[in-house]
Amino acid sequence: MSTASHTMVYEKKALPAKVATTGWALLILGLLLGVAAFMMDALRMQFVSIILFTFLAGIGITALFMVSIEYLAGAVWSTPIRRVFEMMSSIVLFLPLFALPVVLSMGNVFEWMSPKAATDQVLINKAPYLNQPFFLVRLAVILGIWILFYVLFTKNSRKQDETRDQSLTARNIKLSAIFIPVMGLSITALSIDFLMSLEPHWFSTIFGVNFFMGSLVAALSFITIAVILLNENGYLGKGIVRDHYYSLGFAMFAGCVFWTYTAFSQGMLIWYANMPEETPWYLHRWEDGWNVITISLLVVHFIVPLFALIQRKNKTNPARMIFMSCWLIFAHMFDLYWIVMPVHSHVAKIHGPSIGLAELAAALIAIGFIVVLFQQQTKNKNLVPVGDPKLQRGLAFRL
Amino acid sequence: MSKSQKMNKNEEQLFAVTGQFETPDDIMHAAEKAACRYRKFDVHTPYPVHGMDGAMGLGESPIGWVTILVGSTCMLLMLGFISWISLIDYPIVWAGKPYFNLPGYIPILFEITILTGAVTTVLVLFLIVSGFPRNNHPLHDTPYMQRVSDDRFGLCIEAADENFNEAEARALLEEMGAKDIAPIYFNPVEADAGLRLSNPIFMVFLAGVVVVVSGASYFALNRMLELPPFNWMNVQDKTVPQTLHTVFADGRSMQKPVEGTVPRGYLPEDNYKEDPDAMAKYFANPLPASQEVFELGREKYESRCSACHGFYGEGDSRLQGQYPAPPTLHSKKVVDEWNDARIYHVITYGQNIMPAYAKQLTKDERWAVVHYIRALQRSLNPKESDLQ
Repeated sequence: MSTASHTMVYEKKALPAKVATTGWALLILGLLLGVAAFMMDALRMQFVSIILFTFLAGIGITALFMVSIEYLAGAVWSTPIRRVFEMMSSIVLFLPLFALPVVLSMGNVFEWMSPKAATDQVLINKAPYLNQPFFLVRLAVILGIWILFYVLFTKNSRKQDETRDQSLTARNIKLSAIFIPVMGLSITALSIDFLMSLEPHWFSTIFGVNFFMGSLVAALSFITIAVILLNENGYLGKGIVRDHYYSLGFAMFAGCVFWTYTAFSQGMLIWYANMPEETPWYLHRWEDGWNVITISLLVVHFIVPLFALIQRKNKTNPARMIFMSCWLIFAHMFDLYWIVMPVHSHVAKIHGPSIGLAELAAALIAIGFIVVLFQQQTKNKNLVPVGDPKLQRGLAFRL
Repeated sequence: MSKSQKMNKNEEQLFAVTGQFETPDDIMHAAEKAACRYRKFDVHTPYPVHGMDGAMGLGESPIGWVTILVGSTCMLLMLGFISWISLIDYPIVWAGKPYFNLPGYIPILFEITILTGAVTTVLVLFLIVSGFPRNNHPLHDTPYMQRVSDDRFGLCIEAADENFNEAEARALLEEMGAKDIAPIYFNPVEADAGLRLSNPIFMVFLAGVVVVVSGASYFALNRMLELPPFNWMNVQDKTVPQTLHTVFADGRSMQKPVEGTVPRGYLPEDNYKEDPDAMAKYFANPLPASQEVFELGREKYESRCSACHGFYGEGDSRLQGQYPAPPTLHSKKVVDEWNDARIYHVITYGQNIMPAYAKQLTKDERWAVVHYIRALQRSLNPKESDLQ
């Protein structure tokens, strides 16, 4: 374990052109399909745009959370791959763009905006919080804070590549200590605004944590795919080994189990208490054939990842890790579908679960956008934080 | 003085040759080299050194299989046990949930899986690593163990390895730059004399522990409570049921009621189910016509009766024909011919298709409802005096 054998020889290499081509192709195809879906079924596309926004928002902010938790906890295993986390979190810069379709169609998707809400005593009581101006203010403040922290974190991190100034790490540690509680509150507020308020009579105090964990698993999945593809093709220098893959897989496993813990405790407590103001949310996801979707979610988001990711040989196998990452990205989309689309079925008076062009378009836009963004981000930045004081220890990380 | 040096050299066998290193990097390289030649060797470090299992050439540990097999077996056993209790042995409806209440079982099954998996893993590791119940090891109390549990990193090449040769092992350690290279001896007789389950002294000791613990528990719970001052809570100057009483002539501590009286709340109304006229004859409304009683009657009437009888007793059911509407409570029969006890009988036992409300309303509540019905009747046909 001499330090000499782990010294990184990093040379910046440009990503091959096919990455950009694929990304743009997916994104443009998704956008075209999205327009077509909007023409065919505007209401479905409006609901799906909530899925798209919360999917990207959750991934962007939890990737930034991984950066800050690394600083705050003094973790070393993720230092050599922290640039990938930072690049993934640059999604937050574009979130206002993705929030726009939702904001424009608020009146159609949010029950508390409909004329019926004016006569509903429960919604009248909730109106001081659930009203359009305050919603927009909250959205602006939350996205503003996220963008601010993204800029501060990445500015310090990139400056360190040239200056090798250790005090920049200390500055980011202080930032992290401020960021983590702010992020916890803001992601909870965002999930309440965009997902929980779709059924405004219902409430659950663990909902924000559940959304956070689902998003974290999806963010780690995208990061894992990027890290493995970059490293196996030699873009991250030499020194990142299977032990780093293992740690990513371990974090994904923990996230999946904690997601299930929060989802199950929310469901079980409501089921046990059986109170009329809490149960309808689950009834909407159980009746009319939605029980098939609910049980599939349990299998897709918990049982399969539990047995796949508990094994060490799977967590250290690049091909299997990429497969499980794709699986978990799908699982998070499926989770958001399960949260949002029963409301659409209710509003559009459709019986049972249904899927349309809009869902496919959203998936293509999300993946295409992330690929394009990542490719743009890698253009003039180092893929490894070469000036970070923890880099050598991170490369020497072994289980 | 170490244990190995104190003993007679003739009885001792070589356990291992040990060497000590200064840094984690050194021990890492040493482990890699030792792994090329030997299989039975071990590394001792003051703290976990990451990557050591790779350097020592150890594969993936099978201990995880113990955890998952024991954990899932115990989970299934627990599921069977809970199901047997709640489906076969003692089925009770609880909170309106089905007998087989799977979501409620999941936290218990989760805890059982974790508990049994974790405890078994530790026990199995004891068994494998330290040969439990053996309680000694040749490396105990050696200068080698003192240093490697403090500030050195130790490599221990065991004599049991098929490639072992003392001189060769020493040479290898010297070549790798080890310090304080020392052989470790052990006494096979002493090693065998450790704590064993079959040892007669141990068995007698164990039996003694059983006798003392159970005897002490028996004494504390059954005998000590009868001795002062621990019996102060038990022995008090008061009358308890089924004991002799010295004040009353008949010696009973529980006296019979006075002839011809009925205790409050114990009206013998159960005898009048089939005979409403007798009940009307012998019973009277025990509650005063006070504001509180009317309020209680109104509350109970509106929650239990008004759905069919209407808020004013006019038989204007709110159920819109889903259940037949009853006749008005303002009929001549109810107002003039029936007394309070007759109405009380209907509420208690039901009439025609009206079910009994004895389960929903207490006796006092039923009498209060009767008062309220009387008030409703008066409100529709007030007397001269009420209008003034």
